[in-house]
Formats: sequence, C-alpha cells, structure tokens
Amino acid sequence: MQSFQDIIFTLKRYWADRGCIIQEPYDVEVGAGTMCPETFLRVLGPQPYRVAYVQPSRRPADGRYGDNPNRLFKHSQLQVILKPTPDDAIEQYLGSLEAIGIDLRKHDIKFEEDNWEAPTLGAWGIGWQVMLDGLEITQFTYFQQCGGIDLDLVPAELTYGLERLAAFLQAKDSVYDIEWAKGFSYADVRYRDELQYSVYNFEAADIPTLWKLFDLHEGEAARLLKLYDPKAADKRRFPLLPTYDHVLKCSNLFNTLDSRGAISVTERVGIIQRVRKIAVGVAQAWADQQQEAAQ
Amino acid sequence: MSLPFLLEIGTEEIPDWMIPGALENLRLLFEKLEIPHESIAMDATPRRLVLRAEGLPERQADSEERVMGPAKSAPAQAVAGFARKQGIQPEDLAVEATAKGEYYCFTRKVAGRASKDILAEALPGLILAINFPKTMYWTAKGGPRFIRPIRWLVALLGDEIVPFEIAGVHSGALTSGHRRLGAREIAITAADYEQRLRDHYVILSAEERREKIRKELAGVRIKPDPALLETLVYITEYPTAITGGFDAQFLELPEEVLVTVMRHHQKYFSVEDERGKLAAQFVAVMNIPADPEGFVRRGNERVLRARFNDARFFWETDRKKTLLQRLPDLKNVTFQAKLGSYHDKTKRIMGLVRQLGGKPLSVRAARLCKCDLTTEMVKEFTELQGVVGGLYARADGEPEAVWQAVYDHYKPENMDDAIPRNLAGQYVSLADKLDTLIGCFGIGLMPTGSRDPFGLRRAAQGVVKILVEGKINVRLLDVLEGHESLQAFFADRVRFYFEEHLGFAYDEVRAAMASGWNDLKDLEARLNRLQKLRSSPDFEPLAASFKRIRNILNQAGWQAECPVDPALLEAGPEQDLYEEYGRIAGQPIEHVIAKLRPKVDLFFDKVLVNAPDARVRQNRLALLHTLLAEFSPMADFSEIVTHS
Repeated sequence: MQSFQDIIFTLKRYWADRGCIIQEPYDVEVGAGTMCPETFLRVLGPQPYRVAYVQPSRRPADGRYGDNPNRLFKHSQLQVILKPTPDDAIEQYLGSLEAIGIDLRKHDIKFEEDNWEAPTLGAWGIGWQVMLDGLEITQFTYFQQCGGIDLDLVPAELTYGLERLAAFLQAKDSVYDIEWAKGFSYADVRYRDELQYSVYNFEAADIPTLWKLFDLHEGEAARLLKLYDPKAADKRRFPLLPTYDHVLKCSNLFNTLDSRGAISVTERVGIIQRVRKIAVGVAQAWADQQQEAAQ
Repeated sequence: MSLPFLLEIGTEEIPDWMIPGALENLRLLFEKLEIPHESIAMDATPRRLVLRAEGLPERQADSEERVMGPAKSAPAQAVAGFARKQGIQPEDLAVEATAKGEYYCFTRKVAGRASKDILAEALPGLILAINFPKTMYWTAKGGPRFIRPIRWLVALLGDEIVPFEIAGVHSGALTSGHRRLGAREIAITAADYEQRLRDHYVILSAEERREKIRKELAGVRIKPDPALLETLVYITEYPTAITGGFDAQFLELPEEVLVTVMRHHQKYFSVEDERGKLAAQFVAVMNIPADPEGFVRRGNERVLRARFNDARFFWETDRKKTLLQRLPDLKNVTFQAKLGSYHDKTKRIMGLVRQLGGKPLSVRAARLCKCDLTTEMVKEFTELQGVVGGLYARADGEPEAVWQAVYDHYKPENMDDAIPRNLAGQYVSLADKLDTLIGCFGIGLMPTGSRDPFGLRRAAQGVVKILVEGKINVRLLDVLEGHESLQAFFADRVRFYFEEHLGFAYDEVRAAMASGWNDLKDLEARLNRLQKLRSSPDFEPLAASFKRIRNILNQAGWQAECPVDPALLEAGPEQDLYEEYGRIAGQPIEHVIAKLRPKVDLFFDKVLVNAPDARVRQNRLALLHTLLAEFSPMADFSEIVTHS
C-alpha cells in the first residue's frame, strides 16, 4: 500500500519530470494553495513558469475537533501551475493519476463544469472538478483573471485534494485512518492540530485581539502599497512580497474571526472588500514591477 | 458530383447543459452559408461538436454578371479601355439601350466557387461564432475565445480535407477516441467516422447513449428524472449504468435530504421499492463500459456513505435547537443591505399574511418560514431551503398546516411547479414574494432587460399563479396600492400567465384585463366565459360593432354620463335597440347575445348616429355608451381582434 507521503513523493517526481520546479509549502498561513505567491503572483505577467508544491491549507470554519471523518481544519493540497498551459495538460494530469496507481480504464473519470472564483483576490477561472468514481479529487482551472488583471498567458492550475486521494487509494472511510508513513496514521500526525485549532478557532480566540491584528496587518499592507512608485528607477527593490504576506495574514484572520462567529453577514461584505483592496493592489503593483523586469 | 461534409470540433469537456444549444447554433450558422445540401445531422459528446451534411456540390453553380460600360457615344479609347479591363476585344462588347441612351455592356460569366474554398474561408469564423453562455481564452491574452479549448479539428468534404486553422490547431482527418479506452489519434473518413469512434469507445449519437442508459435502467425501479438523464447523456461518451447500495440505517434521514445528496451532489438516480418508498440503492452512470471488479461501484458507495454521514451529523446538530429558537439568529442574516435582516423580513411577512387574511396558523408558519437559514443542513444543501425548515418544524411537533406551509413556501419555483399545497403555505408564499417585490422596487432594484438578480419576475409570476390556482380572495392592486411601477410590472406578469401558461388569446386577455384585474380569480372566470362566447356565431359581428361604437364615442369625444332620453328616440331600429337593451340589462351576455346582435346590426344599417339635430345626436351617443357600459364589467369587447 502506498502511504500518504509515498503518494506525495510520486506526484512531485511526476511533475518534476515534466519541467516543474518543486517548491516547499509557503511559510505564511493560507486558506488555499492558490493564495501562495507562487500561484497568485507568478501567474501574472508574460514569463512562463511551472511549479508544484504541497500546501497545507487552513479553513478555520471547516474544523470539527477531529471528530468528523471527512472534514478538516487543515488539509493538504498539491498545487501545480503550468504557465502557459500545454496543449496536453489534461493528458498530463491523467498521467499523474496513473503514476500513483489508478488504472483509469477501470475507473470512472468525469470532468464536471466548475468555474472557480475568489472575490477577495479579484481572481477567476474556467474549469472543472474532476470526479473519480464519484469523488471530487481535483480542481482543474484555466486562470483568466488575477487581481482584476487579464492574464497574458493562460496558466492551468491543478489542485489535488491529497487526503481524499489517499483515502481513495487506501480504501479508508476516515481520513484519520490514512497511513501517513509506515507505522504512522494521519491521526498520529494531525489529530492534535485538528482538535486544538478547532478549540481556538471556535472558542478560545480573543476577538478584540484578532481585530487588532487584522487592522495592524491591513495598515502595514496599505502603508507599503502607498509607497510603491511605478516610475521609480529602482522599483524592483520594492518589497511587494512582504506586503503580500500581510494580505495573507489578513485573509487568515478574517477566516478565523468568521469561524469564531465574530463577523455578521452585513459586515462580511465590507471585510471582503478590504482584503480585496490590498490583494488587488499588490497584484497590480506586482504586474507593473514584472513588466519592468521583462524589458 | 455531390459530396458528404463532416465537421468535428474536438474540445476539452464542454458543460453538458450547453451542448444542445451549441449544436443548434452551429447548424443555423452552417445553413447561413447557403451551400446547397440534402440533409444535416448534428451530434455531440462532451468532447466534440459534430455536423454532418450530405449532398454538397463540389462547386457552386456558375452565374452571370452584367457589367455596364461607357456610352455608345464615348471616345473609342474609353471603349477599348473598358474592353481591356474585361479581358475581351471591343468588338465583342454588346450594346444595350437604356433610359439614358445606348451603352456598351458585357455579360461576364462567373465560375462557381469550390465548396471546399468557401468552407475553408468560412469555418474558422463560423466555429468561433457559436454562442455559449460563457467563454474563455486559452492561448494567450487576445487569443480566440470558445467554451473550452479546441484541441483538434476534423473537416472533410468528400475525401478531401477542408484546410483551416484555429488557435494553432489545423483541420485534418484525425479524430480522437475515449480519453482512456480509445486512441488519441484515429484516421477516419466521412464514411467510417461513426464506426471508428465506436471502436474507440465513443458513442457519437446522444439518442443512442440515452437509449443505452434507459435500457440498463430497465430492471431497476428508479425515480424518473429526465433532466438528470440528459445531464448524464451529455457528460459521457460511453455511458454505462451501475447499481450500488447504502446502509439501510440512513433511510431514517428525511427522504428529501437523501435524494438531494444523490441527485444534485452525486448525479445518481434514486431507487424506490414496490411501495414507492426510497430503497437503500442508487444508480450511477459511469463513462466506461464495465466495472467487472466493482471498483467504480465501491468507490461511489464510499463517497455516498461519507455524504450521508455528513447529513446525519447536520440533522443531529440542528435538532439541538427548535426552529423557533433560531428566530433571533435571523438578525445576523442579511436579506438585503437596505431591506434589513431576515428577522426584519420575517416580521414583514407576518404582517402581510395578516393583511392578506391569514389565520393564526398561517402567521405561525410565517414566523418560522426563514428560520432554517441558520441550520447546518441548509448551509450545506442550499437548494433545500424551506423543505428543511418544514422537516424540522414537523420534527418539532408543529401542526401539519404549519410545517407543510414552511416546507412549501418557496413554491412555485417555476411556471410548471405546483403552488403550496395548503392555504397557510399559499399565504406565506404570497407574502414572502410580495415583500421581496415591494422591497426591491422600493429601493430601485427592478429587473432590467435580461438582468433579474433577485428573481423578481419569477416571484411575481408565482404570486399570479398562486392567486389564480389557489382561488385566493385577495385584491392584488389594493395590496400594491401606491406602488405604480410594481402594478405595471404585475400587469405584464398577469398577461404572460394567461397567454403563455393558460393559452388564452392575447386580445381576449386584453379585453378582459381592460375591465379590471384586481381580483385574478374573477379575471380567470371572465376569460373562460369570453373564450366560450367566442365560439358563438354572433360574437365576432357584435365585437366588431362594439369596436365601432368605441370609435364613434372616441371621435365624438364622448365623456358625459347622461341617461338616454326615450322621447328623443326615433321609432324603428333605434327605438327597438333601446327596448331590447331594457329587456337584457343585467343579464349575462351569453344569454342575450343572439337577441342583441340583430338589433345592433339593424341600428347601424338604418340609423345615422351623426344626426343633424345636436340633441338627437347626443342622445344616440348616450344610447351607444349605455350599451357598451352594460357589458364592460366582463370585458372591453372593442379590444377583440375581428376578421370581418
């Protein structure tokens, strides 16, 4: 039986063999692999890029104290960006499933319409959810816009739900029963995360503190963005990547506040707008900065 | 020589629901090319749109074109120049007499273009012109747009490739088989195309895929679901139905929830036992021919088990609170920024239910109707809003009238959907929709063109349907008093309902509505009478006379409401008509039409309305007006279109 980590090794090797840089997870908390700079910023501009990385993705509201066999506060996404999209992107993707031992002549693969949209990032794309024997295992998206900008090259984004794939391959009904490595279950590795973050996100987080942190990170991002000057001769030195870290912090704080029940539906729209503003600001400045670099 | 034409647009997976429309669009675009052909057949799978036409000519017919030259009197140089331009000698020119004098002219023969050339030139634009609800680009910014990337193109006229290119893809004679069971490149001809595809696990014909699924479903008692069947037909290239099962313990959960999970989330048919109860089975349709080792079945069973477990978790969590205990939580759920929370909306719905005449049970249902918005179940299965509230209300022990009303209050969802089954449900549904309409119109959110984000047309249509089919005693215009634009909006919906849904003729609807539509059940009754009346041989002539009366009154600028003075009536047809009026007044028109019509005819035959004596004239107008007014509570007959 392939362990969880075997599956990851195989997929990384597979995409490395197809010209992808293998990155390690980003070191700021994100809600989805798409939000990492390796995707959100790299899809902008005219430079080709290929990258794959496993990103632990935090969804505070989805935590279930480790009780629910299918829902996790933190799950692992394998994120692959192919920019520009090769003509045989889908074939390559199907090949990756075969590489981890799924005989697609004996399983049912369907591509069901599912267009992806992230209002906080000003990003959207066209694509599918890929269903394997009725199980959604991957989101396949052709990015069209990011940070409100039409993309020069259309990247394909593949987001694999690794726990689901592993549970499928190991025929487990609960993610906690997945064998992570020989002798270690998923529960051994991650159960504490699920329990403790659920307690924090739903019960223990101090709401005024989180709001204070949100304001601080938002303020720092906004302050930096104001300083960005598209005409500056040395603008490539400008710290847009650190600025973006503050955007990510805001996004995660927003999600935590939300799961803590601190955001009314009325406020919600306003907060999304605030995050969107700094996210789109970074994307636009980044696109400008890259253009300069390309010339 | 007549040739077959084959066009296959090979794409990545097109959303199933867009395929039939795209095919129809492609057919129309092809027909616009006006290349003669004997027949067209359209086919599609998720990965290909196919047009096959028979009997195309190799080239278009030759034609002649007449080119006018200089006048006969023009200098020889000019004549020679014209001839040279046409590529002939001056002596070969003809002379034609025109109104302006004699002119040289030449009849040029235009050879018909080869169909292949016409197609090669037209196809790229034609393909990219296919209309899809949403498109994408995939090569680079500014590149062509289509529903999904185009990956191959087959274009064959007879044995020859029609050469063209879209987004770097060149047309050829290679198709592509099933993604995993077929070859990626398959050489084909127009003749063996369909068979070659079949060899590579693609059933080209949607009808054949549909029949295959139907046949495989034959042994199982499934809940019929034509829409799901269509989805499955267009999401597969080689469909095969398989049956799976689940733990019968899950049958304790409400059937609605189980069916929604199977239907909407997993695209399964649900199965019934002999008594029509949900069975612990499902049918999935896969895109491969067989599942001998049971991989696909077991995979689907595992997914369903996880989903049902989730649903059970939601049900148990939600049941820790009664529906009524959730009411205060609605303060945190915004209905619309300017229209407040769902708590505010609930209060308004309750008020409206009372105003419409609802009794305490209806008001109770109104109080509970939005409470399910805060349940985990509705957060997960939004399409079950209302239904879930009804189920929780029943579990809370609410009276049947109440839980059914909550359950049904989003109905009717469309014109073919039933209205809520009980009166309380009808009141709550009416009040909910009217509140949305009044609120949105009040803050300027009316639908414009095809944009109707709040579904206001559907809401208004639902109101009309409930009032008519529920025979509800509500005066719609009174409820909408002070909301003029909303009244006008409703007039359109009422018209639409009676014309498009109930099939009344548009002039009947106009005639009946002209006599008022405050009470829609009364409007329906009058329309039924009018429709019956129309078959009477006296009806059309009488309607024509009424139109004439209306015109006469309009032309005379008639406004006065003065009574007829019998002393001024002339003996004969005028007197007769007045006396007939006296006899029939107050009776339904159905009973009197046969007697009335000859009198009206005779009056117009013999009597001059426009009498020289002003008092006589006024009196005649008064008589005509009285007659018209007599039947106007039923309909304005002058609106009826007559053929005489």
